[in-house]
Amino acid sequence: MTSVFCDRKAIAVFVLPALILFLVVGFLPIAQSAYFSLLEWDGIGTAKFVGLSNYVDVFITDFFGIKFDHSIVNSVVLAILCVFLQLPAALALALVLASGIKGERAYRTIFFIPVVISSASIGVMFLKIYNPDFGVLNELLESAGLGVWKNDWFANERTALMSALLPVVWQYIGYHMLLMYAAIKGIPGELFEAATMDGASPIRTAFSITLPLIRPILRVCVTFAVIGSLKFFDLLFVMTGGSPSPATDVPSTLMYNTIFTRRLYGHGSTMAVFLVAECMVFYLVLQRTLKTREERGEERR
Amino acid sequence: MSVLKDRTGQYRYVAAVLQFLLAAFAAVQMFPLVWLVLSSFKNNLEITGANVIGFPRQWRWDNYRYVLDATRLGSNLLNSLLYSIATVVLSGILASMVSYAVTRMKWKGSGFVLALFMTGLMIPVHATLLPVFIMMKEARLLNTPLALVIPYTVNALPSTIFIMAGFFASLPREMEESGVIDGCNIYAVFWHIILPLLKPAIVTTAVFTFLGAWNELMFANTLVNKENLMTVTVAINSLRGIHFTEYGAIFAGLALATFPPVLVYALFSDQVQKSMIAGAIKG
Repeated sequence: MTSVFCDRKAIAVFVLPALILFLVVGFLPIAQSAYFSLLEWDGIGTAKFVGLSNYVDVFITDFFGIKFDHSIVNSVVLAILCVFLQLPAALALALVLASGIKGERAYRTIFFIPVVISSASIGVMFLKIYNPDFGVLNELLESAGLGVWKNDWFANERTALMSALLPVVWQYIGYHMLLMYAAIKGIPGELFEAATMDGASPIRTAFSITLPLIRPILRVCVTFAVIGSLKFFDLLFVMTGGSPSPATDVPSTLMYNTIFTRRLYGHGSTMAVFLVAECMVFYLVLQRTLKTREERGEERR
Repeated sequence: MSVLKDRTGQYRYVAAVLQFLLAAFAAVQMFPLVWLVLSSFKNNLEITGANVIGFPRQWRWDNYRYVLDATRLGSNLLNSLLYSIATVVLSGILASMVSYAVTRMKWKGSGFVLALFMTGLMIPVHATLLPVFIMMKEARLLNTPLALVIPYTVNALPSTIFIMAGFFASLPREMEESGVIDGCNIYAVFWHIILPLLKPAIVTTAVFTFLGAWNELMFANTLVNKENLMTVTVAINSLRGIHFTEYGAIFAGLALATFPPVLVYALFSDQVQKSMIAGAIKG
């Protein structure tokens, strides 16, 4: 029997195809990006080894006027909006739905719809909603008597970033709501019964029982929201039509543009390396800080 | 169990307010979709100002015929379907084999191999785009279905393996052991005993892999840009091109592109929600 489960040839047959594919197409490219970031290269001519000068240029001198720092700031704004707007909204919805309100299932299903629609569709839709001449947003403002607020949402630098980011925040509310909802539903019912018998109000119950118990999933949601924001691409790429502007760029759209439009392979790869490093660092930091807070809470009890 | 079950006095009042807020939010969530479908039946005059929000004055199915004639949206939809299904099948087979070998078979490197795949959960795929592009170009695979199916499969492997390996931990071993005693070799055990047992995990991962591949934009936009081979997400992104001024037809195209995932969701909403919860480990 053991010999069957130790069969080396069978193990190779099971593991090698996926492993080779993963190493060549998933892992090797990261190393290649790191190498490309040290080159001056347009993808056609010969590549010149320039050491770390791409890093210096992307982060400090900015000879090509790429304004990568703006894109980082924008992605941080998105992360902040997600953590302080999207997640609280999702949590409120999850708490209300999980409390057994009428129509729970229907609401849950509807709230999740934007998540399954492709960002390409949503992006084109929002372009039409924001259209300065016939967009729904301006129409609604007009009919609400707020015609003075009508605006060319993307052209106006003051509103461009928010116009670009709010659809992103909106699209994934349902996703986080679902994760939190599932976690709340996983809490044993006796705990809520006991709280009700002790005369705890729903709000008190939420803060004293539900939130502490779903902390692990809240941690997951914060991690996703932050890292997802840092590497966000689809919706912004569609809405800005891939044309770079410091007002609405995020690191991934700018990387795409730097590589495939401006053909600065070295600069683009530098941004790619930055994305990997940024995501890894945030991942570890978030895991750590959120965890210590939880452990501190444990000790207090 | 439920805190609102106690519907006396103030709670009934609170419940009514909550119902109103939930309904309002549901309307917000549905609005873009409803507006999209309504607009797909309007003409330019209505869309550009005469009737932006209301029902179409006349339901123009012609918009749909027009967009299907003027673009390759029909084949783009088919492409997306084929690439997504190929990704689901390929990643499902590869991941189930790996998960089986690392959780059930005894060999030295199993823990390391699993850990290696799990690092894939943290790496942003964006950083692999340029090297993969160059790789596909050199392999002469640009503008072929494989240019997308291969990276999509690789990107799906970590989360799929994570879920399947976790699922194996809950499966009893007796079935495969009795299979071995009955004289099955390891491949027969895998094919006839393991895969059927693994079905719930396969369905779960298939759903989020399918939606992920269907909706993917960055790789699709870079690696396949021939009009007859591109995916529907790329096609609708290029629909806004200046040459195309029939807005009703653009909306019809958007509606067509949006319809399949929404249909899948409408039919299997519980399964989709379950899958998205399970698949929520991809960072």
